[in-house]
Amino acid sequence: MVEATKPEDKQTSDVTHQYLRTKKNFPNVWCPGCGIGTVMGSIIRSIDKLGYKKNEVVLVSGIGCSSRLPVYCDFNTLHTTHGRSIAFASGVKVAKPNLKVIVVTGDGDCLAIGGNHFIHACRRNIDLTVILINNQIYGMTGGQCSPATPNLAYATTAPYGNLEHNFIPVDLAKGAGASYIARSTVYHVQQMDKMIVGALQKKGFSLVEAISNCHTYYGRLNKEGDAVAMLKWMKEHAMSAKVAKNLPPEKLEGKFLTGLLWDVEKPEFCEEYEKLIQRLQK
Amino acid sequence: MPSSNTSARVLMQGNEACAHGAIYSGCRFFGGYPITPSTEIAEGMARMLPKYGGRFIQMEDEIGSMAAIIGASAAGLKSMTATSGPGYSLMQENIGYAYMTEVPCVIVNVQRGGPSTGLPTKIGQADTMQARWGPHGDYNAIVVAPASVRECFEQTVKAFNFSERFRTPVTLLGDEVLGHMREVITVPEEGELEVISREKPDVPSEWYHHFEVTPNLVSPMAAVGDGYRYHMTGLTHDSEGFPTAKISEIKRKLDKLYYKISRFYDEIVQIDTEMTEDASICVLAYGTTARAARQAVHMAREKRIRAGLIRPITIWPFADEHIREHLAHAKKVLVVELNMGQLVNEVRRIAPRHCKVEQLNRYDGEVLNPVDIFKKILEVK
Ligand SMILES: Cc1ncc(C[n+]2csc(CCOP(=O)(O)OP(=O)(O)O)c2C)c(N)n1
Ligand code: SF4
Repeated sequence: MVEATKPEDKQTSDVTHQYLRTKKNFPNVWCPGCGIGTVMGSIIRSIDKLGYKKNEVVLVSGIGCSSRLPVYCDFNTLHTTHGRSIAFASGVKVAKPNLKVIVVTGDGDCLAIGGNHFIHACRRNIDLTVILINNQIYGMTGGQCSPATPNLAYATTAPYGNLEHNFIPVDLAKGAGASYIARSTVYHVQQMDKMIVGALQKKGFSLVEAISNCHTYYGRLNKEGDAVAMLKWMKEHAMSAKVAKNLPPEKLEGKFLTGLLWDVEKPEFCEEYEKLIQRLQK
Repeated sequence: MPSSNTSARVLMQGNEACAHGAIYSGCRFFGGYPITPSTEIAEGMARMLPKYGGRFIQMEDEIGSMAAIIGASAAGLKSMTATSGPGYSLMQENIGYAYMTEVPCVIVNVQRGGPSTGLPTKIGQADTMQARWGPHGDYNAIVVAPASVRECFEQTVKAFNFSERFRTPVTLLGDEVLGHMREVITVPEEGELEVISREKPDVPSEWYHHFEVTPNLVSPMAAVGDGYRYHMTGLTHDSEGFPTAKISEIKRKLDKLYYKISRFYDEIVQIDTEMTEDASICVLAYGTTARAARQAVHMAREKRIRAGLIRPITIWPFADEHIREHLAHAKKVLVVELNMGQLVNEVRRIAPRHCKVEQLNRYDGEVLNPVDIFKKILEVK
């Protein structure tokens, strides 16, 4: 198979196609209209844009509809256990720091069962890029409540409305010490590409929250309509952080911010460890 | 602390010997979470690894530790973690993942009394069955158990060799007394002990199947980033690593996990015996308990009782045939364990008809001493 070059004049679908395992694994497991495929396209385009070699890219995921993403991609792909993808990825990255290690995870995978690994990875600052596909529900197991399910929203395990309150993943990451934090949606594809490119280039722990639609469960249980209706909702409620900066608070009512939300420099774990080795081996 | 490559005679603790054995084996990644009575292993690795160009990471818990060492091993480094009962329980799901994805790694369980938090600073041997059956599902397991400080070193090397040779996680079962005991040992010189590393593929990447069923069942293993792009999943998978629901492929995968170990039983089984040839009563024990059992056997011999010792060093796979041979002439076998009776059921399963199985158990955090065992020999002989 040929390594991808940068075909400026080609259709995006052609670019994506070069990175897919077309001979096996298709058709994919996702429902028609699911946003996860859009995130997959965005990840692939970002890698292509940066000219990374397929051999140096590692996709690591846990368990869930979103965590099925790596199997379709022609990189080094590790589909691990529920919630643990960031810990697996930490091992890969620390062992071979020259690899580009990307974690693909869902809101349940990352914030519930994997919440502990997530906050510690933010703090530890290993150079990982985490793509958190947030569809506000457990898709794979059939629509149960997740830590991203809003208060009073419906899920099969919250049949009378969710009595709990949801995490704001980007705020959680900031509190825990992440280096780079961005958010986008499966409607704002170009912005998502940009955010993922930025996250990949960042030396340190990066989070991109990709707001996605699970119309099959979240949409149906909460009467939010089909995939198109949910994308429309994203279009209408997302507000670029850059634009929002110059707006009065009342204009931000009911909106959520997208784009680059946080970007700081701090020493990266693998680089610091390398320095330690050099010092001790002198 | 002495370097790993001297032949000096040094006073060393079991846990330290284990860390030195790991370095000797070429272990270059350790992920762990502190827990008594295993912590000295993590501390030793934190100190030594960067000096050898390796990497140490303290994870947020044992689930993460196990995940990290699997990731690091997949990326090509020999990897290890060390823990005790509560941490070992937390690791089980990911140990199962390592069985399924055939990633070599070593897990040291320095046993304490249990269940639950149990007896953090006291001895137990109640994780014997967990070491074989901990993760859910069907697979085969290799577990080794040293009984001296020098053996802590050697068996750590063995554990790495087995894990690399058979592409599988291996547990080293120690215990609190052994982990904290100090003995003068001769540290093996470089080249003195055999060190095995995983076989790498020698085919072009288009031909490479990460889980190929080879004639000896063990597939060569490319590291992540070596240029062989493969998929790894805990879902049942085909030889390329892609999920499968085909009945024939499911069975082939599970057979591979089982037979790649059972077929090499003779290579894996290690057993130490003393005076079993003419023994009418054999005492069977492992780890710290075997040290007391050995003395009890000698005490019995002094009293002209024909006693012998059987000490499995490889606990799993259980040394069915070897042990049966040693019991060929024995009328009794006394199984001594610091639990409510675990290995004794294995012995019952395999003991010849003429050989009656007796047991002596203790599970209050104290060791069984030679006199306790000697008295039991007198009682049942
Ligand atoms: C240890 C463990 N517990 C539970 C499950 C069952 N399970 C599979 S996927 C999933 C939730 C996934 O939700 P999320 O991460 O939000 O991903 P989505 O399917 O919505 O993309 C659960 C609970 C599991 N596989 N492993
Ligand atoms: S269940 Fe929801 S998250 Fe899963 S594939 Fe369908 S739409 Fe997507």
